[in-house]
Amino acid sequence: MVRVVITNSIRFVLLMATQVFLLKNIGYYNLSIPYLYILFILTLPFGIPNYLLFLLAFFTGLTIDFYYDSLGLNAAACTVLAFVRILFINLTVQRDGFDNEPEPSLGIMGFQWFIFYAFILTFFHHFILFTFESFKFSELGYTFIRILMSTLFTVSLMLITEFAFFHKKVR
Amino acid sequence: MRNLWLFIGKYNAFFLLIIFFTISLILLVKHNSFQHARVWNSSNQLVGRSYERINEINSYLKLRKTNDSLAAENARLRNQLATSFTSDSIKQGTVRDTTLKQQYTYTVATVINNSVHQKNNYLTINRGSKHGISKGMGVTSAKGIVGIVLNVNENFSTIRSLLHSETKVSANVNGSIGSIVWGEGNYDPRFAYLKDIQSHLNIKKGNRVVTSEFSMFPQGTAIGYVAETRTSKGDNSLDIKIKLDTDFATLDYVYVINNILSAQQLSLEAQNKIE
Repeated sequence: MVRVVITNSIRFVLLMATQVFLLKNIGYYNLSIPYLYILFILTLPFGIPNYLLFLLAFFTGLTIDFYYDSLGLNAAACTVLAFVRILFINLTVQRDGFDNEPEPSLGIMGFQWFIFYAFILTFFHHFILFTFESFKFSELGYTFIRILMSTLFTVSLMLITEFAFFHKKVR
Repeated sequence: MRNLWLFIGKYNAFFLLIIFFTISLILLVKHNSFQHARVWNSSNQLVGRSYERINEINSYLKLRKTNDSLAAENARLRNQLATSFTSDSIKQGTVRDTTLKQQYTYTVATVINNSVHQKNNYLTINRGSKHGISKGMGVTSAKGIVGIVLNVNENFSTIRSLLHSETKVSANVNGSIGSIVWGEGNYDPRFAYLKDIQSHLNIKKGNRVVTSEFSMFPQGTAIGYVAETRTSKGDNSLDIKIKLDTDFATLDYVYVINNILSAQQLSLEAQNKIE
């Protein structure tokens, strides 16, 4: 239990630092912007209670918002992300398998499941993020292209990260 | 109450989503000037739009009144037009009296009956002898001539339209005088023919055709423009097809022209016949 808390805390700090100090400066002409920090919410353990998941997601988003000067924007997107995560896991993972598979990472859940999981969740997060950022219907086409491009960017970064750090756990 | 708690407990994810999402949205709108401005703007826009719509409907309902007042104003302005006046002065050495005296007055009227597809077409207007209309007066629309007053009673008048085989109007194209006729094989309400123009004259497509000084209309009232010219068979004149300026199918408001001096002219001309 303590180990899980420590691992996740370290992951939180690392991902936040990467996001704020490195990825904030990376982007393709405002069209494709990576938001790797949501990997923290994606890889929280399966057994986490819903209220704690929502609280963590909310405060993760809020932390990013403080650095991005967009109070509430990332928090809203992360809250939706948490909700989609609960739905997705309820639909695709058996409840009794939780003891052996503590967290939804690439090494444990397999490549096919993880890429699907990451893609769906990232898409919803980015959808809320970019539509609320533009906050108008007139640029719908442009916003949608931004959502898709950014989703691809973020998911590829997630896969790279997962392959780099969690590969050893396979079998 | 217990069931409510059970329900909320069962779907806690959804309620948590609503709570946290609402908090985020409040933060977003309160602390970000762009989103803040947009929320207020769009609600203002909604109010503005609805007012605009109501105003549109209102102005549509008032359209008839507005139309009447505009037509009346037009008639008043036409009364002040230079072509409504005739020079009453006599050239005598260097002394010149430039005082103008009104020759034409205009009365606005609404067309209440109209036809364009008959062989001989007539119009009816809602003005009669009560309003100073009498037989033989010219009638124009805002665009060009319409016809000649045929019969008058107290409140209504019938007009022999230009689209009538008996109507002949003296017209002027490039300084040469001819007469406008309609019918005789041409029953298109958009076109009329100009006869009696000598074939050596240089009449081109697009030349303006206006009334001459020999008609009951003020000189220079628009009739139309030349659409086609060809030599007439049998004599030395041109058959000129004219596109009429007046759209007879959609006539609504017309002006009846009263030539104040025509009575004097006619009585003088009548003396010639007696002799």
